Amino acid sequence: MSFVPMSAALGTSAADPVKRRSALPRYVTPLIGLIIPVTAAIVWEFAVRWGWSDGRLVPPPSVIYATFAELAATGELQRHALATVARVAAGFGVGVAAGTVLGALTGYSVTLFRLLDPTFQALRAIPSIAWVPLFILWLGIFEASKITLIAVGVFFPVYLGVMGAVMSVDRKVVEVGRAFRLSGFQMVRRILLPAVLPAYVIALRSGLGLGWMFVVAAEFMGASEGLGFLLVDGQQLGKPAQIVAAIVAFAVIGKLTDWLIVGLAAPFLRWEDRFGRGAER
Amino acid sequence: MLQLEGVGKTYPNNVHALAGVSFTVAPGEIVAIVGGSGCGKSTMLRAISGLDTASRGRVMLDGVAVTAPHERIGIVFQEPRLLPWLTVAGNIGFGLEHLPKAERDTRVAKALERVGLAEKAGVWPRELSGGQAQRVAIARALVPRPEVLLLDEPFSALDAFTRADLQEHLLDLWADSRPTLILVTHDVEEAVVLADRIFVMQPRPGRLFEEIVTGLPRPRDRQSSRFDNAKKQVLAALDRSMARPLRDDENKAPEGAALWW
Repeated sequence: MSFVPMSAALGTSAADPVKRRSALPRYVTPLIGLIIPVTAAIVWEFAVRWGWSDGRLVPPPSVIYATFAELAATGELQRHALATVARVAAGFGVGVAAGTVLGALTGYSVTLFRLLDPTFQALRAIPSIAWVPLFILWLGIFEASKITLIAVGVFFPVYLGVMGAVMSVDRKVVEVGRAFRLSGFQMVRRILLPAVLPAYVIALRSGLGLGWMFVVAAEFMGASEGLGFLLVDGQQLGKPAQIVAAIVAFAVIGKLTDWLIVGLAAPFLRWEDRFGRGAER
Repeated sequence: MLQLEGVGKTYPNNVHALAGVSFTVAPGEIVAIVGGSGCGKSTMLRAISGLDTASRGRVMLDGVAVTAPHERIGIVFQEPRLLPWLTVAGNIGFGLEHLPKAERDTRVAKALERVGLAEKAGVWPRELSGGQAQRVAIARALVPRPEVLLLDEPFSALDAFTRADLQEHLLDLWADSRPTLILVTHDVEEAVVLADRIFVMQPRPGRLFEEIVTGLPRPRDRQSSRFDNAKKQVLAALDRSMARPLRDDENKAPEGAALWW
């Protein structure tokens, strides 16, 4: 005897309704976000060309582009960008590793939470830039102190995010794992990791944002290369176009790295059932 | 054979949830447990599942004490508790990880077919209706072929039509491999439709109050007078189980208290 329940026989359609929210084709939707910046750039370009402003302190897009091209042609831009990216990568790596391990431990164990979390929260209350003089005394003015500062900046959002995510894993879902007799390791791999992944991606993204913030602070404290050096150099030599070019480089690389995280995580998060699904991409 | 020997549970906060309960369930038998709230139904089921341990007595499956979740005991909870990051097929195959992929896939496909959700194999749980999700949960528990399947108010969150639908469906699935079913329910009709024996429990502390053997032939006709009689018999037992002398100092609101707010 084959039993076909009513709801199955009626063939309830479960097509994803979210995808139909926007009538525009896929590749047009992201362009909406470009309307305001592009318009502003065009307006400013013509304001300078028609002599409404001399554009000395706020250079028009064409001058910024020329500076950009010049820096790129000499290889300067690549050298500075690479130096900055390498610092962020190193600091982000260290900060994420520490934040993930300690966040997971304090989230998992009440004892470790009571032992460690008050200290971390107290440390978190210190504005991280306040560490700069100490780091320089301890670690010197070269890479070690810079990477440490970035790592500290990245650590806290990752630590908080992972701890919160592990703590809020649904007890009922963990119980499913127990009912199927998962070992400790299997429980982590098959239940806890997938359950915390959405929150982990958000923690990584906010950690990365702080990493970019702190790399500038680190490079301000004395560097001979890096995009932060370009900023300081442009200020001291009165080259606003170089400053804006460096800022644009920060924006582009920062956004690209954020996209990288989102893009790498996306295949693992397709299951998510959440309010904001339609707004992205 | 599943045996409970004086199983009792006292929680750390000294709540005496379950006094010694003893009974035996034969393989393939369907037992329903009904009772008022606080009678220890769920506590008892969790003790049998091994998710909680009894403070007194023991649960024996074929002569071996159950102290932790057991591979031959499956459980279906009140909520489907599907893992949202696995597809429907992934959820059903969750307990088959130890099998080679080919065998796992065929067993999952067969189970999907059996619960009428074959076309939903690759769908995420969020896209299922409540009844479909609970069918997946039942399939997930049955696919490792347990000897005993525990169901903790499995249909109580569903609407009446879906509930009746799933009760029939459960019986149909049960007929495939005839595991022992132990079902906790609030719904007397559900107990009478499904069970061979119905245990009525009594609260504070939870204990067995009465055992009713319905003896109705299957498939059961919900409209028949014998069915009605069985229902009345269970309802009467439930009434008796909860009747207790109301002492003067207990549960009586002071005059006008209910109106005050």
